[in-house]
Amino acid sequence: MTTTLIDVKDLDAIAIGAAIYGTGGGGDPHIGKLLAQRSIRQHGPTRLITLDELDDDDLVISVAMIGAPAVMLERLAETSPLIAALRTLEAKLGRKAAALFSAEVGGLNSVIPFSVATELGLPLVDADTMGRAFPQLDMTLCTLQGISAMPLSMADEKGNTLLLNTVDNVHTERFARSITMDMGGAAYSALYSMTVAQAKRCLVLGSITMTRRVGQALLDARTRHLDPVAELVRATSGFCLFKGKVTDLQRKIDGRWSKGMASIGGLDEFEGQSAELLYQNEFLMARTADRVLCTTPDLIATVDMETGEPITAEQVRYGLRVAVLGLPCVPEWRTATAIGLVGPHCFGYEVDYKPVEQLALDR
Amino acid sequence: MIRVGIDVGGTNTDAVVMRGREVLYGLKTATTADVMSGVVKALRDVIAGADVAKTSIGAVMIGTTHFTNALVERRRLATVGIIRLGLPATRGLPPSSDWPEDMIAAVKLQWRLAQGGYEYDGRNLGQMNPEEIRGYAREFAEAGLRDIAISCVFSNLNDEQEVAAAALVREVIPDARITLSSQIGRLGLLERENAAILNACLGPLGLEVIDAFRQALADSGIAAPFYLTQNDGTLMAAEQAARFPILTVASGPTNSMRGAAFLSGLKDAIVIDIGGTTTDVGVLQAGFPRQAGVAVEVGGVRTNFRMPDVHSMGLGGGSRVSMDMKLLGPQSVGYAIHTEALVFGGKTVTATDIAVAVGAATLGDPRKVAHLNADGVRHCYERLEKMVYGAVERMRTSADVLPVIVVGGGSILLRDRLNDMPITIPPHFGCANAVGAAMAQVSGEVDRVVRLDDTPRDEAIAQARAAAEQKAVEAGAKADTLTVIDIEDVPLAYISGNATRIRVRVVGDLDESGFAE
Repeated sequence: MTTTLIDVKDLDAIAIGAAIYGTGGGGDPHIGKLLAQRSIRQHGPTRLITLDELDDDDLVISVAMIGAPAVMLERLAETSPLIAALRTLEAKLGRKAAALFSAEVGGLNSVIPFSVATELGLPLVDADTMGRAFPQLDMTLCTLQGISAMPLSMADEKGNTLLLNTVDNVHTERFARSITMDMGGAAYSALYSMTVAQAKRCLVLGSITMTRRVGQALLDARTRHLDPVAELVRATSGFCLFKGKVTDLQRKIDGRWSKGMASIGGLDEFEGQSAELLYQNEFLMARTADRVLCTTPDLIATVDMETGEPITAEQVRYGLRVAVLGLPCVPEWRTATAIGLVGPHCFGYEVDYKPVEQLALDR
Repeated sequence: MIRVGIDVGGTNTDAVVMRGREVLYGLKTATTADVMSGVVKALRDVIAGADVAKTSIGAVMIGTTHFTNALVERRRLATVGIIRLGLPATRGLPPSSDWPEDMIAAVKLQWRLAQGGYEYDGRNLGQMNPEEIRGYAREFAEAGLRDIAISCVFSNLNDEQEVAAAALVREVIPDARITLSSQIGRLGLLERENAAILNACLGPLGLEVIDAFRQALADSGIAAPFYLTQNDGTLMAAEQAARFPILTVASGPTNSMRGAAFLSGLKDAIVIDIGGTTTDVGVLQAGFPRQAGVAVEVGGVRTNFRMPDVHSMGLGGGSRVSMDMKLLGPQSVGYAIHTEALVFGGKTVTATDIAVAVGAATLGDPRKVAHLNADGVRHCYERLEKMVYGAVERMRTSADVLPVIVVGGGSILLRDRLNDMPITIPPHFGCANAVGAAMAQVSGEVDRVVRLDDTPRDEAIAQARAAAEQKAVEAGAKADTLTVIDIEDVPLAYISGNATRIRVRVVGDLDESGFAE
């Protein structure tokens, strides 16, 4: 049983870790971090707890933002619509949440629930639904355990609230996306309500602490003048897949997907080689001319070679010197069913999934 | 036309006099604590040295660090009133949410959130209420505020609400100095708003500095108009500069790069500017500095207005060398190099002494470094070369070997090759920054989000280009010299309707009709 108090400074580390686990997508945690830090300054530290602090039949709910990161850069984020979404969902369920949790530990949504938890005096569970970021509401370990995002509530800053009762995930996704567009391209949501007993089965436990540790490792590497890339590899138990300079970039928008490919010319021990980085909002595959280096659901994080600063898919540009890291996903993502939900084929890549550590051995 | 270019750096103030494309005379003087007296001296001396009639001077271009210094040192910053048009949204992160505490203490900010703003597709987010704006303006007036900033959600797409709010504020405070966020920043409300507030807090200093320059020119008998150089390598007329002092931040490295381009005739190159204390490395693309793609901090505050992408390191002609010659910089003797360095009869081993000892540079008295350990000197010089090479490598954009131009007083440190890269040291390398200021052009830029489902891509880019050209002409460019130097279109993720962010930048020569010769 553990309760950790999360203070303003801890959020700096968590936000950096969240950007690493965002694997190039998930939205910039910056705005969510500022929101959380503002709440903590006003209301005191966030209580981060392990699930065993709660009773098995207690209710836990996630609050999250849905929509376009570019829109959130303008409309920013705030707590009251998140609370409105939470209250709407609680009213439907007829009971209150004992604690909140992050929908994804990668990107903006890792830090979004902090402000709500702090303002309502609720604890935040040290867990999330995937241990990374994925672009669709149903791409979670909960789905594999038969726990749905439904019922799902949505809210905006104007005071509108909605409750979705859908027959399946396809409809949820479609309705939530089009409502988000009508709400201005960014919306607030409460979803994945479940009991603690269910949460113990389907959440990735300890994932917030993990991002904090990884973020702190990077901050420490900088103050102690250590190689940030090596420190990140160590802290994530990951692999440095490639180092080099971005030499070409192809981008397009396909529906609501930002798809693209970055070519990287090798540097240092990768001199003379080249690699490609494929993404659809998140980085999903890294490969050289003749070999696959890493694919979804393992994580691909791209960081600045000198500073270790995480780089999003939208930020990739010509000339950036990057290190491409491969991080093993949680083992639950490696079953055949899971690969059927989030594996390379689900994103249109005609390769079979192999664990990143296996691919590293093959090299 | 005869132009005078002046560039104020941390250590030196450089000045040149140019006739057309020819450098008549250039000089360096020490930057003074008040900046202004050093500029006046440089101006007087360079005109005397060039031996031109004051009446023949057509324009004076000045790159100054006044405003950067004020922001970094938290000095002379005005109290600002800001109105943000964004309710019912944006309440969670009011203005200055991401500022460091000493900046919050230095700029006493009064913020108000008002109904207004736009959605990404141009619809109104909130309904702007004129009476609400007037009310806030009255509160600002009672508090004695004149420096006002106005921000608005998605004002980078549509500035109408900001313009309307400014008119309402002016009804109440007729002599208000108003900065609109859409005039300065790009996509990203907090960063754009920060840039507007920083500009507003420099309001009184802006007027004062411009007046002081005007007075200094008048006292020197120069009747020509004067301009300040901006951080994108282009010019602002004096009146415009008084209103937008923030745009001068980081104009120094930009002027060096522009000067390097002009003096070498190269348009695509890497520029190394070695000064007394620091070395800046940047990249020229089509004759202009490559711009930083991400948020840039000014005085610890995140902003997103255009800034040159420059890598700086603590290495210069005056860099101190440790006793064992294993460490080089970042401490420097700075402007005291001419008395402190061994070759000039001083007692400190500097990077310049190492360059002389190894035979790369010829200046001062080489006998005074003859006693230095030869192996130590060689290793130290290798380290120096490695530092510079590493910085160049960092900024290179492709495997293609780009030409490398070296400018600045510290250029003498380098040989004519840096590993595999040949180096160009152009004539007048010591005052390239002042040449860059003198030859600066005029620009216009547009940054907007377009739904390509409504407007075809080519048409959208053409419209953005026309708007950018219009802005450039308004800023003083000659219409028939305009060229596009940057077009970027980036699709926005997660939004349907094919929303794409389009950015176009054009530049042209200063319209010289009506100038003296």
